Amino acid sequence: MSRDDTRQALAEYALRLGDNSLILGQRLSEWCSHAPQLEEDVALINIALDLVGQARALLSYAGELEGRGRGEDELAFLRDVREWRNLLLVEQPNGDFARTIARQLLFDCYAFELYRALSDSTDSQLAAIAAKSLKEVSYHRRHSVEWTLRLGDGTDESHRRMQAAIDDLWPYTGELFEADAVDAALIAAGIAPDPAELRAAWQASVSQVLARATLAQPESMGLLSGGRSGLHSEHLGHLLAEMQWLQRAYPGLQW
Amino acid sequence: MTDSNWPLYEVFVRSRNGLSHKHVGSLHAADDEMALEAARDLYTRRSEGVSLWVVPSAAITASQSADRDPFFEPAQDKIYRHPTFYELPDEVKHM
Repeated sequence: MSRDDTRQALAEYALRLGDNSLILGQRLSEWCSHAPQLEEDVALINIALDLVGQARALLSYAGELEGRGRGEDELAFLRDVREWRNLLLVEQPNGDFARTIARQLLFDCYAFELYRALSDSTDSQLAAIAAKSLKEVSYHRRHSVEWTLRLGDGTDESHRRMQAAIDDLWPYTGELFEADAVDAALIAAGIAPDPAELRAAWQASVSQVLARATLAQPESMGLLSGGRSGLHSEHLGHLLAEMQWLQRAYPGLQW
Repeated sequence: MTDSNWPLYEVFVRSRNGLSHKHVGSLHAADDEMALEAARDLYTRRSEGVSLWVVPSAAITASQSADRDPFFEPAQDKIYRHPTFYELPDEVKHM
């Protein structure tokens, strides 16, 4: 594989990671002023801001590698739904608080393993972004684990809602560990980890948390996927409409 | 925001190593661990600290304003308790 091919694969990879962070950050920010508690409101928005910060670094890097003159703003605000590369899991609606926490738990445990592995990437820029993100994600995971324990092992109602959320979101978890030609190229170059290797660690930590939270782990691994090829659920378009309308209506507007 | 029955906690932040923890405010949380996390999110997001304490407000025994005179008034006229009350001989340096 030529150097240029690797560069383009890395551009695509950075775009995928950046899209995951931005879409999840945008989703979480919908809780602003709506969370069950003032304290939790701030906690969720802190996490959302961490994710948007990660997205900025990753999308800037993706644009730079791509070499078509697109910066973080063009990538964030001027792409249509089919051009987005995020996982289906992160675009799923917030639902009730349990559902938001379940989505965070499944993603945070994944992001933790991913960024830990990427901290050793042979690509120094990606390794630096990962090392910074790992500290943030470690806290995100702690937050979602603590809430999962309390909701799962809480009241009858919180247990029921938390179990329903895990059951509903589980089918989206298979997509986290899919590997395609982009992954293969970067694994070979020592730039990215093999998703299959992340899976065991993710599975171990999620299983342990679910067990402690008295929650049942769904039987089969879900296989809903398509996010990386731009085949999204109907929810993403609505999210993008809200996120992008200002730049679409007033192109180049600054504040 | 809905009403909360969660207990109240007082938050103390140490801004730098070597300084003592200082009371910065309070918050509601379901339990001790969640209080610590909420304190991190509410009171250290602009790099205010390197260490946190959270204490259930109910664990604090406070003086009452009605006790102000018997508690604090008698100290007002004990000026000899301040070091400035004593005159130092000129020979004593570095005090």
